[in-house]
Amino acid sequence: MISLNKKCTDIRVEVLRMLNESKSGHSGGSLSAVELIAGAYYQALTITVENCTDANRDRFVLSKGHAAPVLYSILADKGFFPKEELYTLRKLHSRLQGHPDSKKLPGIEAATGSLGQGCSIAVGMAMAAKSQKKSLKVFTLLGDGELQEGVVWEACMAASAYKLDNLTLIVDVNGLQLDGPCDQILPMGNLADKFSSFGFNVIEVEDGNNIKQVLAAYAQPPVMGIPTCILAHTIKGKGVSFIENQVGWHGKVPNDKELELAIIELQEN
Amino acid sequence: MKDKKMIRAAYGEALVKLGQMNKNVVVLDADLSHATMTNKFAEKFPERFFNIGIAEANMMNISAGMSTMGYIPFCSTFALFGTGRAYEQIRNSIAYPNFNVKICCTHAGVSVGEDGGSHQAIEDIALMRVIPNMTIVVPCDANETKKAVNAISECHGPTYLRLARSPSTVFDQERPFTLGKANVMKEGTDIVLFACGIMVDVALDCANELKKSLGKSIAVINIHTIKPIDAECVLLYAKMCKKVVTLEEHSVIGGLGAAVAEVLIGKGDFSFKRIGIQDRFGQSGTPEELLAEYGLDLESVKAEVEEML
Repeated sequence: MISLNKKCTDIRVEVLRMLNESKSGHSGGSLSAVELIAGAYYQALTITVENCTDANRDRFVLSKGHAAPVLYSILADKGFFPKEELYTLRKLHSRLQGHPDSKKLPGIEAATGSLGQGCSIAVGMAMAAKSQKKSLKVFTLLGDGELQEGVVWEACMAASAYKLDNLTLIVDVNGLQLDGPCDQILPMGNLADKFSSFGFNVIEVEDGNNIKQVLAAYAQPPVMGIPTCILAHTIKGKGVSFIENQVGWHGKVPNDKELELAIIELQEN
Repeated sequence: MKDKKMIRAAYGEALVKLGQMNKNVVVLDADLSHATMTNKFAEKFPERFFNIGIAEANMMNISAGMSTMGYIPFCSTFALFGTGRAYEQIRNSIAYPNFNVKICCTHAGVSVGEDGGSHQAIEDIALMRVIPNMTIVVPCDANETKKAVNAISECHGPTYLRLARSPSTVFDQERPFTLGKANVMKEGTDIVLFACGIMVDVALDCANELKKSLGKSIAVINIHTIKPIDAECVLLYAKMCKKVVTLEEHSVIGGLGAAVAEVLIGKGDFSFKRIGIQDRFGQSGTPEELLAEYGLDLESVKAEVEEML
């Protein structure tokens, strides 16, 4: 657990360095999602370089594709591509596109980032896995703002109709979207009630930036015949005081000075 | 009286055959399986048929996901809802990562009939044509539809198969079907008609009648693959005939006419006419009435071609 905690700090540092280098990208929504993605890749799912072409591997689909730097950092750490390549993020001819592109980079399962699509793609994977009688797990991570996309709810109805107990839909509930607080832009009401009424087994994670709580949620056994939704309450920009909960940091990246301050803060905590 | 059959019925039958040969073929529909005729596959292979409900966007994404699991999804709905409503899913989730999904849409063109303009896709070829990686096939009849279904199943990558709703003429043809290779239906030297879909039949009738009445030699080329287009064939016949006409049950903007023009631009001096829907929406009516109203019946086409001679 301690090592995974340390890993999450390292990921945050690396992500901010990548964003600083690329001079564009999404800081807030990347930092909020670190534990949620790390928990999946380092513990809950079996995804390795060795099994990455095995049809029976678990699948992770980053529906909130703007958090790509976190995914890239983890994939590089797991050996999918050289770490030096991380600093080509968002640059011309890079395999590390602004949003995940499965035809460019190994380890990426789908092209996501256009919000809502990844969730529905993951439903397709889970449906295929069921029909092929494969026992693999499919995880997909969404932002809470992303839930405003109608296709998410189309996907949820299908997940329920097709009894996808191999599917876990994780929502990074950080409360903010590009233009402001989600509850001001388009209030979505009680998410737990919404997902329950769509036929999901709902698990709430009080602190989605606490790796222990995240892993505990991921470790819960699936409910037979029912898809699972994990509502993970997080802090947008988690780990850096001047980025945390700041709407303006959705699509902003740290300059050199801010990067320095952020790294000091992250490493002290 | 010509033998007629519904292209979409042939699609349904072809899927069943394909399903028997290839266990990786799965079929998805968005609550229109009785209209797209994927219901035949559903009856035969219920475990490989997925009705997604009235949710075309979700169906496209689900197909994308399934394709990553080794399946070859054939997903069907009406052309307008597939290419229109679910455009971005096709673009971003299927074509962008170059996934092996076959988007097979029925009810293309004004010959949909009474349902009216809201249900008649006249822009679907244009929408699909601008997407990189996308292959576009428009079969001319029931026979060619069956061949096309097999051909696209064997070719990796996103494909749009455009199918008509109403019964259309079945050609007694033993021509081979090769993706990307146009079929010469009739040789000629005075004028060349490039056609696709149900307009190939009209083009042939037009050529035969003008041969009889005016003694003109008109070539008819079936461009069943709109993308990648058989540029070599288009150029060859255009250079030979100098007078070029395109015929399609689609807007003249962005469809076959545009594709042929793109091949010929800068390649010589040609007279060029695009017969198709002239930047208008469709409307209710019988298929025959509508084809006449939009200038796609034999009489209208003949008049347009005669003007070129």
